[in-house]
Amino acid sequence: MQTVKIVVTGPFNAGKTEFIRSVSEIDVVSTERKISLEEEKVKETTTVAMDFGRITVDEDLVLYLFGTPGQKRFDFMWEILSEGMLGFIVMVDSTRSETFREARSILETFHAYAPTPYVVAANKQDKEGAWDIEDMRLALRLDPTVKFLPCSANSKEKVKSVLLELLYSILAEMDKNQPGKPG
Amino acid sequence: MALKGNLRDFTFSQLLNLINLAAKTGTLVIEGSSDIARVFFRDGKLSYAQIGAEDSGLAAILQRTNRISTSQYRILAERARMMSDKELGLLLINAGYLSQQDILDSLTQYIVEVVRQVFTWVEGFFHFETDEITPGGKIPVRIDLENLIIEGTRQLQEWEMLQEEIPSLDMALKFTDRPGANISNMNLNVEEWRVVSFVNPQNTIRQIGQATHLSDIDIRRVVYSLLQAGLVEIIRPGGGPVITNRMFPTENPDEQKSLVNRLIDRIRTI
Repeated sequence: MQTVKIVVTGPFNAGKTEFIRSVSEIDVVSTERKISLEEEKVKETTTVAMDFGRITVDEDLVLYLFGTPGQKRFDFMWEILSEGMLGFIVMVDSTRSETFREARSILETFHAYAPTPYVVAANKQDKEGAWDIEDMRLALRLDPTVKFLPCSANSKEKVKSVLLELLYSILAEMDKNQPGKPG
Repeated sequence: MALKGNLRDFTFSQLLNLINLAAKTGTLVIEGSSDIARVFFRDGKLSYAQIGAEDSGLAAILQRTNRISTSQYRILAERARMMSDKELGLLLINAGYLSQQDILDSLTQYIVEVVRQVFTWVEGFFHFETDEITPGGKIPVRIDLENLIIEGTRQLQEWEMLQEEIPSLDMALKFTDRPGANISNMNLNVEEWRVVSFVNPQNTIRQIGQATHLSDIDIRRVVYSLLQAGLVEIIRPGGGPVITNRMFPTENPDEQKSLVNRLIDRIRTI
């Protein structure tokens, strides 16, 4: 059995757990705990270590989706999680502009750990108060070549399209690194 | 030589009992299957312990017990190479970096940890030398043996149970195909997550333990808790490469491409 992994990261409450839950074939193994810090009480619980979900491709291949802890004080787990990943997805909450700066910093950190392909997903695009995608791109200082995709983590189809875009980027990266064979 | 024998006849905790009751001073040398431990006693109290070729200098112990950082350790290891532990300890106290209590606490933590490791040894030879005391330059501590003996006896029982459940560390793990209904409520600690990230039929439990820096008993404990939770199953190792953090399980670019295409096909059909 071969296994590969994709990491889903992003700031606290960006929707990483929900993203994985939407496509995982097993119940997402999650380490949610009640939130202790007042300033982080946007929601009742948060992921303290990581989540993981699984997609069985065939009898020889399994894809694991690892979600990182959202709170900064658990960032010691990031490097461990980034080891050997095929690529990563940065989730950003489109309704909370105060988290954009942190999202940018997480993106840079993960890219420094492993310069693998990545895409950025603008989550909660269906929610009231969501920022426009192009405005978010500017706020996040994303290069025009970076895939920045609208997403709703509770929609399986949207999640699938984010995952597919990442996989297309991985393929493109492989093509770039592997000169074409003579025809 | 005052006493010698085999751990099958006298367990480590029985030896500690004897030393405690007789208030002995000397060194117990235990030759286990993979390491040699030296445990030092003064008047029936534990005063020092060393295991194998492990760096047991004060700087290394302070780093291992998180009293100093890795970079501080490197500087001390370089600059205080010629100093004894006592001299280095005095220097650190006088410079105000650490208190005497910090140093004694670190040493106690390290020495107890060494003794805990030895408690799990069920095979090996021992001999007790009455005329050998704490090695020169080392800082002795005084640790009562009673609690250690009780804890060690419990640990040995746990070890025996873990050995029964996980007879060999050369087996591999895989995630359960049909996890139980309670899995979504499961809480895992950092150590368990580290192990989870290496679960793969090609990695033996021993390799996972080495990669995650867990001792034999600790990796058994973690695997046991994952087994009890129904998250993993023990299987025969799948062979192939040893533990790795590579992106792809294959080096061949065409196979890598094919793998990504299989992922794409699968995700399209979810």
